[in-house]
Amino acid sequence: MPDTAQNKGRMLTFEILQYNPSDPESKPHMVTYHLEETPGMTLFVALNMIREKFEPDLAFDFVCRAGICGSCGMMVNGKPLLACRTLTRDYPDGHIQLMPMPSFKLIKDLSVVTGQWMDKMSKRVESWIHTKEEHDITRIEEPVEPEVADETFELDRCIECGICVSSCATALMRPDFVGAVGLNRIARFDVDPHDERTTEDYYELVGDDNGIFGCMTLLGCEDHCPKNLPLQEKIAYMRRKLATAKDTGGGLEIRVEG
Amino acid sequence: MKIQYCDALVVGGGLAGLRTAVATQEKGLSTIVLSLVPVKRSHSAAAQGGMQASLANSVMGQGDNEDVHFADTVKGSDWGCDQEVARMFVTTAPKAIRELANWGVPWTRIKRGKRSVVINTKRTTITEADEAHGLINARDFGGTKKWRTCYTSDATGHTMLFGVANQALKDDVDIRERKELLSLIHKDNRCYGAVVRDLITGELEAYLAKATAIATGGWGRVYRTTTNAVICEGTGQAAALETGVCTLGNPEAVQFHPTPIVPSGILLTEGCRGDGGVLRDVDGYRFMPDYEPEKKDLASRDVVSRRMMEHIRKGKGVPSPFGDHLWLDISILGREHIEKNLRDVQEIAMTFNGIDPADEGSKGWLPVRPAQHYSMGGIRTKPTGESPDMQGLFSCGEAACWDLHGFNRLGGNSVAETVVSGMIVGNYMADYCLKNDIDIDTTTVEAFLEKEEQAIREIMSRPLGDETIFDIKRRMQEIMDEKVGIFRNGTELQEAVDELQDLLRRSRKVGIRYVTHASNPELAEAYRLPKMLKIAISIAYAALLRTESRGAHYREDYLERDDANWLKRTLVQWSDPDATLPEVFYEELDIMKMEIPPAFRGYGRKGMIKEHPQSAERQAEVDRIRETLEAEEADRFEIQEALMPFDLPENYKAKNERQGVGYA
Repeated sequence: MPDTAQNKGRMLTFEILQYNPSDPESKPHMVTYHLEETPGMTLFVALNMIREKFEPDLAFDFVCRAGICGSCGMMVNGKPLLACRTLTRDYPDGHIQLMPMPSFKLIKDLSVVTGQWMDKMSKRVESWIHTKEEHDITRIEEPVEPEVADETFELDRCIECGICVSSCATALMRPDFVGAVGLNRIARFDVDPHDERTTEDYYELVGDDNGIFGCMTLLGCEDHCPKNLPLQEKIAYMRRKLATAKDTGGGLEIRVEG
Repeated sequence: MKIQYCDALVVGGGLAGLRTAVATQEKGLSTIVLSLVPVKRSHSAAAQGGMQASLANSVMGQGDNEDVHFADTVKGSDWGCDQEVARMFVTTAPKAIRELANWGVPWTRIKRGKRSVVINTKRTTITEADEAHGLINARDFGGTKKWRTCYTSDATGHTMLFGVANQALKDDVDIRERKELLSLIHKDNRCYGAVVRDLITGELEAYLAKATAIATGGWGRVYRTTTNAVICEGTGQAAALETGVCTLGNPEAVQFHPTPIVPSGILLTEGCRGDGGVLRDVDGYRFMPDYEPEKKDLASRDVVSRRMMEHIRKGKGVPSPFGDHLWLDISILGREHIEKNLRDVQEIAMTFNGIDPADEGSKGWLPVRPAQHYSMGGIRTKPTGESPDMQGLFSCGEAACWDLHGFNRLGGNSVAETVVSGMIVGNYMADYCLKNDIDIDTTTVEAFLEKEEQAIREIMSRPLGDETIFDIKRRMQEIMDEKVGIFRNGTELQEAVDELQDLLRRSRKVGIRYVTHASNPELAEAYRLPKMLKIAISIAYAALLRTESRGAHYREDYLERDDANWLKRTLVQWSDPDATLPEVFYEELDIMKMEIPPAFRGYGRKGMIKEHPQSAERQAEVDRIRETLEAEEADRFEIQEALMPFDLPENYKAKNERQGVGYA
């Protein structure tokens, strides 16, 4: 049995940033709320209680509340986490400070614009299959080695929550940095046998300081990714691969093949 | 007045909406998708276990084809579905899955040779053929004759959603997030677009289009305990209902999934049982074989959920602070299998309950209890996806009652429906756009816009009372859980209908504490709540009127499936905006046109059918046609065509190739 009854009734203190940039009179400020802890309480439960009891216009984003959709990234005591799967019982002193994720445009309070950022990233890395083949969908599909499909899936698990971007120093300095999310996406299509793009093509997309060479290997992304994606390994791999793609005038000569 | 023009307007950015948008955009039509949230966060992402399509690649899927998938779907629906739609669906599903493979969905593939699986709690070895190596794999799911559910681990919806969303980005579909549909713009029973609120600025805009599609997903959040995402509030269907013209089909057909985890209500996929997991009671006893000797833990969802509650009522539940529950045991599948194929399940269990389901024995058992999961009902459409009541309005996916699912949907048929209906309905919608213009005067548009502006001003002007929006919403959800749940009866349904009507009246008067337009969640709750209540009332009222038990709709006071009187689809219309009850009509299902006339499903309780005289008559006719054509050596396609012809765009009607049998 889960220890759901643990910590029942403890008083929690929430300190939440509130600010509405569209309101000229609004100034960023912290507001404190006290809430009684319930069994198995997550930040999803707590924030909804705060909205219902104290602050009906408190802005935050949840969709699936199950750690699947990536809507609810926020800074919890300074660390970027998915709020829906953050349990209050993991904070022994009962003090929880909530701030919006940096690097994304603030809508209000804890709500930021991640969707448009991610769409821009997806368009930059051309996050879709590139192929010249015309497929007849009445025919049996092209076989794929099971291990290769698994490896593609592994990298396809990214939920675009933005936590890697909000834990990234490069992203703060370079607003156009494609982020670990974008570099992982490149690595994902590099593995996928359906995609015919070459290292040269990927170099064209991310072979600059806003791409693969912008990463300072501080690896906040790897530390905080809620899906535990192998970001460190994949960024290092793609950087080596793209760094050794040498321009020979007529095109790129690829010296190291993956 | 802000007016935006496009050819095709799609409301809802989940799998169904995006696939529809790809269909219209690829036909050269300017397409706009409006979504409450960034589209990749849609509830489609939460579909875990897989998508049904009769590829028959795996040894456990051999012999599968459209006919078998069709029969499973019809039986699953308890004969409530539109069989022509089911045929359209099963014929297109293999194409949909192959299209998605080309779009990069990393379907789990078959490895040649021996593989260890758990069947009926026993380790069994199956051997995959050399020719199947690298083809798309499938797992077992409830209510199916074959292993037909294709998957990517247990994150199938996620990978599908990203595949389709990326395709939409590639095609430059104009995707706009944080936009909410408030009402449909219509005149003389034709739809011209929508009045839409920007959830960041609070500004209202009119979107005008040649055709509009509603693909806003289910309405699970009218219940308190639901697996649905918080955005699944049914406001898209309510907008259709509020035209006073469009109808909702079978709102009372609500699915309760057997295995959401307790207490959070987060879904644990049917793949848990499909892969060999079992349900256990307080004594650790595996009880399902006692109730369902043939399908056991893998009968259809309505049957398993009812059997579980029946078992809990017998005192065999596990007591907990959150009420009695049962156990789901997947530990018998072994750690390796769980960490590869059921990893989101493991992650959810560890995060929210502190249980590692791969731990051996009772330590790894997961607390589960059935909860609201899916709405079979929705905006009534024709097989083309167009509303029969309003031209130029289309709907698909869970928002629609296309009527693929009747009174119970099979697991793996919902994500399949999203993309398949997106392909088909998108195709018909594009045809409509190519033939029709936007011929509406701006005065009419202005009037629709002004009506919504006025409604918001009115909410803001209400005095604050003792009651909040949240109080009313919570009470609605409690009523739905308690009185419109798995077991229903006339007394409680009447109480529900009465109290929900009272809540609707109160919801029209309740004030809000903050009166700003921009980014105001309380204001949004205030205008959504009466819409949700109209949906809740439609569900409860239709359930009260349907005095039989069919699929997921189970009446303790009317235990029989009454084909003689109730082989018909409920239609609900809300023509008077001030009314607190809708009008209800019925659409007969024509047995004499059915390919499979009503019979016993093969699971669930036997002998509980009040038969329709035409069922036997049609069965005899079907047998005769089949016998004659078989004697003439007709193939299965010719026989099918003779039994029940159906229309489908040619490219989707084409035969599907399979390993070993070609196009046969």
